[in-house]
Amino acid sequence: MQLRPGTEGELAELLSAPGPAFELVAGGTKRGIGQPLEAAILDLSALRGIVDYQPGELVLTVRPATALEEIEALLATQRQRLAFEPPGTMLLDAARTQTLGGVLMANSSGSRRVTAGSARDHFIGLRAVNGRGEAFVGGGRVVKNVTGFDLPKALAGSWGTLAVLTEITVRVVPAAEFERTLLFASVSVAAAVNLCSQALGSMFEVTSAAFVPGRGVALRLEGLATSVESRVVGLLAGLSLAPAAVLDGPDSAAFWQQVGAAAVLAHFPVIWRLSVPPRDAARILDEIQPEDFQLDWGGGLIWIGAQQVDVRRVRGALHGGHATLVRAPLAERRLSSVFEPQPPGIAAIAARLKTAFDPQNRLNPGRMN
Amino acid sequence: MICLPQPDAAIIARKAAILAGLRAILGAADVIDDDLLVRAYETDALTAYRQRPLAVVLPHDTGQVAAVLRFANQERVNIVPRGAGTSLSGGAVPAADAIVVGLGRFNRILEIDYADRCVVAQSGVTNLAISQAVAGRGFYYAPDPSSQIACTIGGNVAENSGGVHCLKYGLTTHNVLGVEVVTPEGEVLRFGGRYLDAGQLDLLGLMIGSEGLLGIVTEVTVRILPKPQSARALLIGFSTATGASACVADVIAAGIIPAGLEMMDGPAIRAAEDFVQAGYPLDVEAILIAELDGPQAEVDELITRVHAIANSHGATSCRISADESERLRFWAGRKAAFPAVGRISPDYLCMDGSIPRHQLAPVLQSIAELSVRHGLRVANVFHAGDGNLHPLILYDANIPGELDRAEAFGADILKLCVDVGGVLTGEHGVGIEKRDLMTYQYGPTDLEVQHRIKRVFDPQLRFNPGKVFPTLSRCSEQGREHVHAGASRHAGLPRF
Repeated sequence: MQLRPGTEGELAELLSAPGPAFELVAGGTKRGIGQPLEAAILDLSALRGIVDYQPGELVLTVRPATALEEIEALLATQRQRLAFEPPGTMLLDAARTQTLGGVLMANSSGSRRVTAGSARDHFIGLRAVNGRGEAFVGGGRVVKNVTGFDLPKALAGSWGTLAVLTEITVRVVPAAEFERTLLFASVSVAAAVNLCSQALGSMFEVTSAAFVPGRGVALRLEGLATSVESRVVGLLAGLSLAPAAVLDGPDSAAFWQQVGAAAVLAHFPVIWRLSVPPRDAARILDEIQPEDFQLDWGGGLIWIGAQQVDVRRVRGALHGGHATLVRAPLAERRLSSVFEPQPPGIAAIAARLKTAFDPQNRLNPGRMN
Repeated sequence: MICLPQPDAAIIARKAAILAGLRAILGAADVIDDDLLVRAYETDALTAYRQRPLAVVLPHDTGQVAAVLRFANQERVNIVPRGAGTSLSGGAVPAADAIVVGLGRFNRILEIDYADRCVVAQSGVTNLAISQAVAGRGFYYAPDPSSQIACTIGGNVAENSGGVHCLKYGLTTHNVLGVEVVTPEGEVLRFGGRYLDAGQLDLLGLMIGSEGLLGIVTEVTVRILPKPQSARALLIGFSTATGASACVADVIAAGIIPAGLEMMDGPAIRAAEDFVQAGYPLDVEAILIAELDGPQAEVDELITRVHAIANSHGATSCRISADESERLRFWAGRKAAFPAVGRISPDYLCMDGSIPRHQLAPVLQSIAELSVRHGLRVANVFHAGDGNLHPLILYDANIPGELDRAEAFGADILKLCVDVGGVLTGEHGVGIEKRDLMTYQYGPTDLEVQHRIKRVFDPQLRFNPGKVFPTLSRCSEQGREHVHAGASRHAGLPRF
């Protein structure tokens, strides 16, 4: 059974009538993440297109299945970009097209997240249909809004388990005129995280900081060319270091595309994504002893590549934070908790929240279990 | 006049037993029932409304908060959380049958981590105290509501507070990593932590801006930022608000995100200048204060660009801060605007609508017309960069009927904001003040979806009753009925 509603009205009608549970699919790049579903496909790909774009308001309203590439191309015509950096698709099903709705439902953000904020941070308004078939709005089209509960936050990162988005409003910002990346050789994880912390804590507005074994520590600076030049001088003087390599403009952008997509780990059958306090990164990696890894967000995001799923070793190393199994064979995902297990009190609230939006468990049932 | 909820007579009848129970948990000194001492908790910064609560408790630690909430849960007593009581929307106004839980003793900063750039603070620590604690190492906490000297970080979480710098640096929700929460059942939970982004449903995101309806925040982990290398401001005068508004639009359109972009109209300028002598031009109808921060080279370049844009819109004067003391002087008038207006009027109501930026000029014109129609003066101070208006409606509470007129004027302004594509509140919260206007912005289903979230956390509806959600309520003491729910305008229209 496959259904493809073309409007919010059709979607609401479909979900308000008794019927089966659905797996929500738009671009389909993230179907391999989360618990495998056995449900009818609800094809959302018709809910696409730009609704409203006023560059002077720094907001963009689109239907959720609009391709990320189309949005980025549109924004580029006005020298703007999304206020958060979307991640690359390397780990996902790259033959498919990533949509903005999908990025928000996964709350997935690239390397600039550490300074510019996450997808969720810049998701300011929505229209959606919940599992009861009710169409509703949340948030708005203005950047400052505290009128009622922050529904975009509730839906961001909910993996389609609460409601089906039909329209989304996100913040956009002026694109940086120029970017430069400095690469430094680093001998240890601890030294790398320390260098990232120094850089991110400096007044020189480093916008991304990562450690890719083999390439070293990478620091990105963006903005007016004159500003980047002078900040690089100040930063290097402050760190008393000389870079091993410098990447400018498109080379720098391409480098961060690879980092955001954890491309160096793309060949592993098992991939973990850990969000942790940066100061814990070296200890965690020491305990896990992964086959390969990459650090982003100044050490706060650890990507791990492995041949086997070893849940106890990975989650056991965390003292605060969360580990998500973003790639694993189907059978392994059935056996393991893909998302970080929660304490009972929090799990109880999350379950009640699910029920409030989708009492019959019709939207992506069990995907986050 | 806004209705406060009708108290439950059965609870009030059991007051002595409830007080005894609270004293058994906290000791007599931390349970306040004395008329004189309770008075300090009867209102917040929405001073037109006062209500004596059943009792006030001042717990010392999370364990005591949890014990009080378990007791209240068992006794079915309502709870009103309170930080410093600086809410402008009545978010901390008590209810007659409720226990006010004051977080004033939660005043310790627990940990500062410069390497990971975060601070863990108890929820009663003031906003400014966090910035002061890390200033020596060149860091600060970005959201800076104008009440930052008094308002608490827990209150900021409840209201998702902003400030003059949030255009560039975001609101509370963008700068908080985690909270410790005590639920209405008295369970202690942690949402988020010292790391980025929830791995599961974002309960932290829901908690921020929930106006004390979902639980009590006892500890907050915030991100801190390195202070910018330099900051300079421009003080620009315009003969019309239209010119100033067009300048705002063009600055943004030029790809410049100032750290702050504030506007004041003629009455606000004159009140502020009279009060603090900031050196504002008095022969203009609008001023803009634009602050650029960041690396020196960038700031210098952007100052030049903004200056050129201002001139192209007919700026009648433009001063650029030469040093830090001049920059602070430019801000002094803006930061003192509310008390300055307080000197020229016995009372004022501060509104907080948020609108698309391109609507600034027409909305200001409409506010001027409404001022004439309602027969009350208005001074406009606002965060122009993000379209967040703060019209201050001047009135005298001692003149019978004037508060009602001021509230009617305020409601008209907020409806206007919604009509042009904006929202009722940009940063002050709904509280009791804007509660009855919620049906103007949201349809019945939208409100029901939100109210279900309320019931997820607080199924008995005991937390901060009478706030945020309009209810089918009877205002018996006013001799009139209010029917709010279901009175939605244009119920079939999409609403943003």
